[in-house]
Amino acid sequence: MNMYTIFHQISGNALLLVLIPLLPLIGFFINGIFGKSLSKTLSGAIGTLTVAISFIIALTLFWGLDASFSPFVVNLFEWFSVGTFKVSMGFQYDQLSALMLLIITGVGTLIHLYSSGYMHNDDGFQRFFAYLNLFIFFMLVLVLGSNFLVSFIGWEGVGLCSYLLIGFWFKNPAYNDAAKKAFVMNRIGDLGFLIAVFMIFFQFNSINYIDVMESAKGMASNSPILIAITLLLFVGATGKSAQLPLYTWLPDAMAGPTPVSALIHAATMVTAGIFLVVRSNVLFSLAPYTSEIVAIVGLITALFAASIGLRQNDIKKVLAYSTVSQLGYMFVALGVGAYSTAMFHVTTHAFFKALLFLGSGSVIHAMSGEQDIRFMGGLKKKLPITHITFLIGTLAIAGLPPFAGFFSKDEILAKVFMHNPIMFWALAFTSALTAFYMFRLYFLTFHGNFRGTEKQAHHLHESPLSMTLPLMVLAVASTLGGFLGMPAIMSNYNGFESYLSPIVSPSHGEHPSHMFEYTMMGVSVILLFIIIGYTRNRFATKQVIPVDVSEESGFAKTLANKYWVDEIYDTIIVKPMLFISQKLHQFFELQVIDGAVNGIGRLTNYGSQALRLIQTGNTGMYLIFMVVSIVLILLFNIIS
Amino acid sequence: MVTVLLLLLPVAGALLLLPLKGEKAKQFALITALIQLLVTAYAWSGITDYSKVNFLFDASWIPSMGVHFKVGMDGLSFMLVLLTNLLVPFIIASTQSEKFKKASSFYALILLMQSAMLGVFTALDGFAFYIFWELALIPIFFILLIWGGENRVKVTTKFFIYTIAGSIFMLIGLITLYLNAPERSWDIANLYQANLDADTQCMVFWFIFLAFAIKIPIFPFHTWQPSTYTQAPAAGTMVLSGIMLKMGIYSLFRWLLPVAPQAVADYSQLIMILAIVGVIYASWIAMQQRDLKTLLAYSSMAHVGLIAAGAFSGQLIGIQGAMYQMFSHGIIVVGLFIGVDIIERRTNLRDITLLGGIRNTAPWFSAFFLIIVLGSIALPITSGFVGEIMLLLGIFLHNQWMAAVAGVSVILGAVYMLRMYQKAILGPENETNGSFKDLTTSEMLLIVPIVLLILGLGVYPKPILDLTESIATNFLIK
Repeated sequence: MNMYTIFHQISGNALLLVLIPLLPLIGFFINGIFGKSLSKTLSGAIGTLTVAISFIIALTLFWGLDASFSPFVVNLFEWFSVGTFKVSMGFQYDQLSALMLLIITGVGTLIHLYSSGYMHNDDGFQRFFAYLNLFIFFMLVLVLGSNFLVSFIGWEGVGLCSYLLIGFWFKNPAYNDAAKKAFVMNRIGDLGFLIAVFMIFFQFNSINYIDVMESAKGMASNSPILIAITLLLFVGATGKSAQLPLYTWLPDAMAGPTPVSALIHAATMVTAGIFLVVRSNVLFSLAPYTSEIVAIVGLITALFAASIGLRQNDIKKVLAYSTVSQLGYMFVALGVGAYSTAMFHVTTHAFFKALLFLGSGSVIHAMSGEQDIRFMGGLKKKLPITHITFLIGTLAIAGLPPFAGFFSKDEILAKVFMHNPIMFWALAFTSALTAFYMFRLYFLTFHGNFRGTEKQAHHLHESPLSMTLPLMVLAVASTLGGFLGMPAIMSNYNGFESYLSPIVSPSHGEHPSHMFEYTMMGVSVILLFIIIGYTRNRFATKQVIPVDVSEESGFAKTLANKYWVDEIYDTIIVKPMLFISQKLHQFFELQVIDGAVNGIGRLTNYGSQALRLIQTGNTGMYLIFMVVSIVLILLFNIIS
Repeated sequence: MVTVLLLLLPVAGALLLLPLKGEKAKQFALITALIQLLVTAYAWSGITDYSKVNFLFDASWIPSMGVHFKVGMDGLSFMLVLLTNLLVPFIIASTQSEKFKKASSFYALILLMQSAMLGVFTALDGFAFYIFWELALIPIFFILLIWGGENRVKVTTKFFIYTIAGSIFMLIGLITLYLNAPERSWDIANLYQANLDADTQCMVFWFIFLAFAIKIPIFPFHTWQPSTYTQAPAAGTMVLSGIMLKMGIYSLFRWLLPVAPQAVADYSQLIMILAIVGVIYASWIAMQQRDLKTLLAYSSMAHVGLIAAGAFSGQLIGIQGAMYQMFSHGIIVVGLFIGVDIIERRTNLRDITLLGGIRNTAPWFSAFFLIIVLGSIALPITSGFVGEIMLLLGIFLHNQWMAAVAGVSVILGAVYMLRMYQKAILGPENETNGSFKDLTTSEMLLIVPIVLLILGLGVYPKPILDLTESIATNFLIK
C-alpha cells in the first residue's frame, strides 16, 4: 500500500529538492536587506545565479526521471494541526512538479539575466531582483507543495509578488491601482480555492494530494460534492489564470516592468490555474459536468480575448490579451480531459510568450519607452536579433510547423474535435484571429517606415547581450520545443504524454483519423499563409496605420474599448459597493445603531430627572456610586 | 505564587515610578514591563501540563460570602498572560514621554491596567473576576479622559457608560449563578455546577453575553469602539485593541460557554449570525474610511467578529482557531497602531487622502508596515493566516454557507487594507508630508520584533497552538 516513499530525514535528494526553492529565497534576503550596499552587477549576479543553480539542481534531479518514477514527499515539519486537520510543510516531487520546476527555473534564469540589462538604469534595481527572487521562491513552493495549503502559500505568495511588481514604480498612482486590482481579483478566486480546500477536508479528511486523489478514485462520477469542489477550484483558477469573468486584471498588469510581464504574467504565474487543475485531475475527471464548464469558459475566454487583441495598439496589451486567449486554449484542453496536452501547451507557451514579451521589452527599450505600435515601424534593420527572434515567437504562436506552438495547438485542436466539433470550429477560428493580431503586431512594429520621433530614431539600437542572449535561447526553445510531444501521426511515441502518464489519467485515446489530421494541418498552414500575406500587404506594404480608439466606429470601436468590461464592472460592482459603504456608515451606523444607543442613554436621562440632584457631572462620584451600589446589592443578597 | 507575583509586579512598578518625571518614568515602566516578561518566560518554562491550572494561589478573601482570592493559569490563561506581558513593553516603548503632561501617572496607569487585565485572565473566583474586570476599566478611563483627542470627554463618557452598563448585567448573571450553585462559594468550579432551569439559564446567558459582546465588540454593540479607538492616545488604542478586547473573548470561554450549555446550544446560531453580519458590515464600512485609526478600528472589529463566530462554532478547529487568533490579532493590531503612531508623529496626519509618498523616503518603514498589513489580511506564512484558516474551517464545518459569507471578508480585507496602504504610503512625493524620515534605531527595535513574531508564528505556530490545544479539546468533551 506504500505508494510513495517519505523521506523522514533529510536525505540526499530531499536536500537537493529543498535547496531549489531555498536558494532564490536566500537571494531575496540578500538583495532585500543589503540591496542598497550592493553594486548592481553583484545584485544582478546574485539574483540570477541563485535561480540558475536551482535550475541546475532541478535538471540533476530530473535526469533519469521517467514514467516509472514514483513520487516522493519530503515533510519538513508540521505546520499546524488541530484534531484531524494536520497540515505539514511538505514538498512532493513527481513528473508534474519536475516539469514545472524546469520551466520556472529555466525561463526564470533567462529572465533574470535579461533583467540585469533591462533594468540597469533603474534606481530600484536591487529591489527588483529581490522581488523577482521572492517570486521564484513562491512559484516553486506552489508547484512543490504536497498538499493544497502549502500550494496555497505559493498561490497567494506569487499574487503578492505580482502586486509588488505591477506596482514596482510606486510613485505612479495608476500603476498602484493596477497592482491593487490584480491582488483583489486574485483574492476573489482565492476564496474559491479556500472553500474548495475546506470541502476537500470535509470529504476526504485530508488535504494531502496523494491521499485525496487516492481516496477520490473510488468515488462515483458527478457526485455533487465533487462537482462543488472542482467548480470552486476552477473559480480559484479563473482568478490566477485570468479567465472570464476575472481576467481584467491581467491587461492592467502590464504596468509592471516588461520582464515581469514575461515571467509572471505569461510564462509562470498565470499558468498556476492550469497546474492546479492538472494536480487535481483525478477530481476533475470524476466531474464531467465541471469539465464541460471549464471547456466552455476557456473557449469563450480564448475567443473573447483574441478578438480584443485585434484592435489594441499597445505592444504589451496585444501580448497580454494574447496570453489571456492562450490560457483559454489550455482550459479548453483541460475541459476535454487532455491534461497532458494542456501541460504541453503550458510548456511551449512559456517559451514563445516569454520570448515575445522579452522581445517587446527590447523594442520598448530601443524606442525610449514608447509602447504604441502606431509610432514604431521598420525596426528590423536596427534591431536584427530582436526582429528575428520576435518573428520566431510570432510563427510559434501562430502555429507554423515546425515551431513549438504548432504541435501543442494542433494537439489541442485534435482533442477538441473528438470532444465536440462546434468547439473545434470556434477554437480554429480563434487560431486564425491569433495569427492575424500577431502578424499585425509584427508588421506594424518591424516593417514599413519608422513613425517615431527624430530623437527616438537617433537613439534606436539593438539591446546588449544580456538581453539578446535570453532572446536567442528562447527562440531556439520556441523552434524545437514542439518536438517534446510529437503528435501521434508523426511518431509512434508521444514523449510528453507518456512522461506525464503517471500523473494524469490517460486521455480517451481516440484520435481523429490521420486523413482528417493531415487535412487540418494542411488547411491551417494554407490559411496561415493567407493571413500573413494579407497582414503584410495591409500593414507593411500599404502601411495602413490603425486609428486612435476615439476614432474607431462600429464593432471595431467595441473591440478597441475591450467590450467596455472594465466600465461595466465599475458601474455594476465597484460604484454600488462604495455607495453602500458610505450609506452604511453615514446612515445605518451613525443614525440607526448609534442613534439607538444614544437614545437609550437619553431616555435614561429623562427618566432620572428626579435623581438630577446627585448628577454632579463628576465621574469620580459615579465610580463611587457604582462601587457602593455593588456592595449594597451583595449585602442584600447575603441578608436575604 | 508566580501568578501573584505577575499580578503584583506591575502594581509595585506603578507605585515606585510615581515620583519620577518624564523620560525616567517611561524607562522605569519599560524596565518593569521587561522584568514582567522575563518572569512570564520563567513561568512558561515551569508549566508542564497546559490542561491543568498551574501556579494556583488560593486565599480566603471575604469568608462570609465565600469569596476567595483564587488565581492560576491553565494553557488558555497563560496564553493571554503571555500576550499581555509581551505587548505591554512594546506599548510602553512606543510612547513618547514628552507628549504627556504628568507622564508618571500615564505609565503608572498603564501598569495598573496590565495588572488588572492579568487578574481577569487568571481569576478562578467569580467575585475576583468581576472586581478585576471593573478595575481594568478605571485606568483606561483616565487614560482616555486625560490624554485623549479633542472629543475625549464625550467619547469617554459614552465608552464608560456603555461598558459599565454591560458589566452590571454581567454582575447580575454572576450573582444568579452564585445563588444557584451547590455551595456558597464563588469558586469557578462551584459556579460551573450551578443548577439553572431553562429560563434562568437563558437570562444568565444573555446578561453575561451582553457584557462580553460590548467588550469584544460584537455587532450591533460596537458603536462605542470606532470613536474610542480614534480619540484614545495611541498607547490607549493599543491596550484596548491588543489586549482589552481579548478579555471579552477569553471570558466567553471561561465564564459563559461552560455555565449555560443549553442556552449556548440554543443561541449559538444566532450569535454566529450576528458576528458574521458584523464581519461583513465592518469590512464594508472600512472601505470608505479616511482616518487611519477609524479604519483600523472597523478592520479590527471585522477580525474579532470572525473570532467570535469561531468560538461559537462548536467545532474544535473553530475554537482552537479563536484562541490562537486572539494571540495573533493582538500582535498584528498593535503593530498596525504602532505604524499609525509613527505616521502621525511625523506628519500630524491620520487622513489617508492627505498622506502618501511615504514609500519614497522611508523604504524600511514601508516594508515592515506592509508585512503587518499582510498579516492583517491573512496572507499565508503570517500568523493571521493560520488563525483565519482555522476559524473559517471551523465555521465551515458548522455551516458552509456561513463560511462562504464570512469568507468574503478575505476579499474585502484586501480591498480596504491595500487601499489604505496605497493612499497612505505609496504614490508621488507629497508636499504636506515633506520628507518622511525612515525608522530610527529605537523604532526599528520596536517594529522588527513584531514583524518577526508575525512571520515566525505564521511559519511555526506550534508553540502557541500547544498552549490551548488540550483546553480546546476538553472544551468539546464537556
